[in-house]
Amino acid sequence: MLVLVVVTALGFDFTNGFHDTGNAMATSIATGALRPKIAVALSAVLNLVGAFLSVAVALTVTNAVVKTFNSDATSAQHALTMSGHALMAIVLAGLIGGIAWNLITWLVGLPSSSSHALFGGLIGAAIASNGWHGVNWVGDGTKLDGVVGKVLLPAVVSPIVAALVAGIGTWLIYRITVGVEEKFAISGFRWGQIGTASLVSLAHGTNDAQKTMGVITLALIASGHWDHTDSIPFWVKLCCALAIAMGTYLGGWRIIRTLGKGLVEIESPQGVAAEASSAAVILASTHLGFALSTTHVATGSILGTGLGRPGAEVRWGIAGRMVVAWLLTLPSAAVVGAAMWGIGNLFGFTAGAIVEFVIVAILAGYLFQRSQREPVGADNVNDDWHGEARPVQQAGGVA
Amino acid sequence: MNAFGQDLHYAADAVWKVAVAGVVLGAGLPAVYAVGIRALASGQGGSAQTGPAQTGPAQTGATRGGNPLWTAVAVLLFAIVLYCVAMGIVFVVATGKGDTVDFSQVWPQINPGS
Repeated sequence: MLVLVVVTALGFDFTNGFHDTGNAMATSIATGALRPKIAVALSAVLNLVGAFLSVAVALTVTNAVVKTFNSDATSAQHALTMSGHALMAIVLAGLIGGIAWNLITWLVGLPSSSSHALFGGLIGAAIASNGWHGVNWVGDGTKLDGVVGKVLLPAVVSPIVAALVAGIGTWLIYRITVGVEEKFAISGFRWGQIGTASLVSLAHGTNDAQKTMGVITLALIASGHWDHTDSIPFWVKLCCALAIAMGTYLGGWRIIRTLGKGLVEIESPQGVAAEASSAAVILASTHLGFALSTTHVATGSILGTGLGRPGAEVRWGIAGRMVVAWLLTLPSAAVVGAAMWGIGNLFGFTAGAIVEFVIVAILAGYLFQRSQREPVGADNVNDDWHGEARPVQQAGGVA
Repeated sequence: MNAFGQDLHYAADAVWKVAVAGVVLGAGLPAVYAVGIRALASGQGGSAQTGPAQTGPAQTGATRGGNPLWTAVAVLLFAIVLYCVAMGIVFVVATGKGDTVDFSQVWPQINPGS
């Protein structure tokens, strides 16, 4: 059971990696500042480094949405609010909910928040297991906490702030560089793009790998294999760092394409403005303890650069589809999480876990097979946008 | 106030701080970078500049041979941007370790966390 939870968690970390490559690298790939393969490799390395940099304990990640800990207990095991088995069942079902939603949105090329997928899955499983009161909806009022404070409010606000910042940045850059020869400006801004995109990758590694580390450590505590709430076993850190880096290197080409080509046609100066905005907003919020999704920030920033550049076209249809996907993320992952918990409950503790694991493996295999019908990869990620997430195969061919 | 109202309150408090920091760093630094590129173009002169819309630095430096002073300005501006990016990395590393960073002096002071 524990092995399955750990493997599933690493699987989630992996999907998190390739789902979010585009947040940092889509603009650099779209403008040609970096060749696609180089971009994902750079992002993967920085995610790996970022994951190792984060040693702060992320156990509270799950606590923000599910009531897992009492803060006044003496040992880690005693702090759990429910039995270890019940907690592990919730964590496993929640992870599967997150993976399922990540894979489905990846297939249709929509960037959606991996953190929301994970939280949604956990919320669904927690409701199925412990009822409505098992979920930490609004916290205790002493700080920004709970589903509303940590998940919903930031999701509404962060894309707007990011879009505003990126819009102002883009407007300023174009105003300032009037009269500079275009080729000269572009080569200069490409360096700026590489720098800012790298910063976003690093920040992503520190934030997102940490979430999975927290979940695995929680499972270890629940099963009685670990008894510290203030540290994470080294092997967990190593595995999570590798999983997110491998996922990043695989590259979520479909999502990179949507972000880099679909939403706005991006030029180098816009790329700088977008990534600088993302980096600034992510770092500033982290500093203030305002949890937000890299995906929401990056998407908002890219949209903002479209608004800030005179004459640029924003494809609002694509933006609308993304917003719909964001709205669906939490409830959809919650439904899957709840259903998985139900299945697990039906078959009993260990057998249920195996059944759930088999289901998610089959689903992943099926979705991967579907993706191969219209593959998007490093070779065609920058093809002209024809209103669809996938590139047109050949002239006159059915896309 | 109930917990939901408190959440709204804390969020509103955090949002304007994030927005201010975002505009200053996320839009201000790229603007500084853009000024740097413009200064670099003025420093090179010649083909690096184009068009009739020559105002500001580009005009002043438009002695067709370029003006090394603008190159020096560009280097300075890029240094400022690089410094800020480096501080960004220091911040990510330090907070990742659970430390807090104080930027009130120019050089960052890292305070180990509990």
